[in-house]
Amino acid sequence: MTWAWENRDLVLELFWRHAWLSAIPVVLGGVLAVPIGWFAHRKPRLRGAVLGVVSLLYTIPSLPLLVILPLVIGTGFLSPLNVLIALTIYAVAIMARTASDAFGSVSPAVVDAARATGYAPARLAFTVELPLAGPVLLAGLRVVSVSTVSLVSIGALIGVSSLGSFFTDGYQRDFTTEIVVGIVATVVLALLFDLVLVLLGRLAMPWAATVRSQA
Amino acid sequence: MIEYRTISKTFEDGTEAVREFSLTIPSRTTTVFVGSSGCGKTTLLRMVNRMVDPTSGQVLIDDEDVAAKDRVALRRSIGYVMQHAGLLPHRTVVDNVSTVLRLNGFAKAQARERALEVLETVGLDASYAKRYPSQLSGGQQQRVGVARGLANDPNILLMDEPFGAVDPIVREELQVELQRLQRELDKTIVFVTHDIDEAFALGDQIVILKKGGEVAQVGTPADILTSPADDFVRSFVGLDKATRTLRVEERDGRSLVVDGNGRATGVLA
Repeated sequence: MTWAWENRDLVLELFWRHAWLSAIPVVLGGVLAVPIGWFAHRKPRLRGAVLGVVSLLYTIPSLPLLVILPLVIGTGFLSPLNVLIALTIYAVAIMARTASDAFGSVSPAVVDAARATGYAPARLAFTVELPLAGPVLLAGLRVVSVSTVSLVSIGALIGVSSLGSFFTDGYQRDFTTEIVVGIVATVVLALLFDLVLVLLGRLAMPWAATVRSQA
Repeated sequence: MIEYRTISKTFEDGTEAVREFSLTIPSRTTTVFVGSSGCGKTTLLRMVNRMVDPTSGQVLIDDEDVAAKDRVALRRSIGYVMQHAGLLPHRTVVDNVSTVLRLNGFAKAQARERALEVLETVGLDASYAKRYPSQLSGGQQQRVGVARGLANDPNILLMDEPFGAVDPIVREELQVELQRLQRELDKTIVFVTHDIDEAFALGDQIVILKKGGEVAQVGTPADILTSPADDFVRSFVGLDKATRTLRVEERDGRSLVVDGNGRATGVLA
């Protein structure tokens, strides 16, 4: 604890860095995965193929991906962009299937009633299907957020500093305290992300609690 | 006036839902399609607002073919009430009703005002306005469904087994309410049910359907009870049952109505 306090500036700096490196892929992954999931839901025949390919992305081992990415897209080896892109790919891989399930969870009767009252297709998708898919989308996003926060650490191995740098540094110096600080800070960050998502969900979907308590 | 002209409908999987169905529904009356499941009654109803397109034949509203109209605009001009109400679970009661008006281009405040007015018309207290549908009972949800159907003051109201999912007591309450609304509002109502008693309670014109959308009989409840077209109709409306074979007995100077089993069911007024 004394070590953490003495190095609080570094801990805080890496905490923020880690937070940003996690937040961007979570948001981007969510934004990209929702249309893919929607498409897969709308085209049942292509669903298997689309989701299969997207899920396959998750099987790429993270370290090789981080090493290969700069070669493929021409970014510098130490650029944080590599980590952001790799983690966005993983986020999409996890989220796309959940997004498809989320749209599948929307009651067909409600969608039918909305069509019958005169919702045009685009309006139906954005103001009925998307919000009703919300609770399942949120559940998926929480998984993505935890997974992303932990994966950001790996960036430390290729020189993109984050809380993971405490692991690499502590390991090299055989200094356990530093590793423990890294682990605790990562867990705290993951919990914070989860809390923020849950709170945002409550704000954006006040109706969800009423539906759940009735079900 | 709604007119079906030799309508046929075969679904993609090959099931023939309706074959050469023709019918005229006069304006400002209630027509009830009644039959067991698979008789094509819902399919016929949904052709009016183009939720289903016929394979052949035409549906006309006031002599205009609905096929020539824009689906979305057509649906917005027709009220639709379905089983389980079909309310949007993420919108409050008042928003569920005003959303139809918003789709029709009303300003937000105006839509809200009108929505509250319609909710009152269907007998729902304003205190429910800000609740979510899941916080209402089945009967209350159905009232909101009716309010939504009426919000835009459409000429035509389509009702697809609207009271099928509520308990018998609430159902009767809603039926009485609909009779009252119809007296006040004078809409052209097309109502689908599998319950012949409900059909008799609400319909000016009853259309009894057999499998495959074949018409067994069209007529007023009185027509059907006094001269059923065939044995199918006779048994469908329950004319062979004790509850429909009533007779009058004199008791203590009053005329008591007694059913086929000799059970008292009412008195002549």
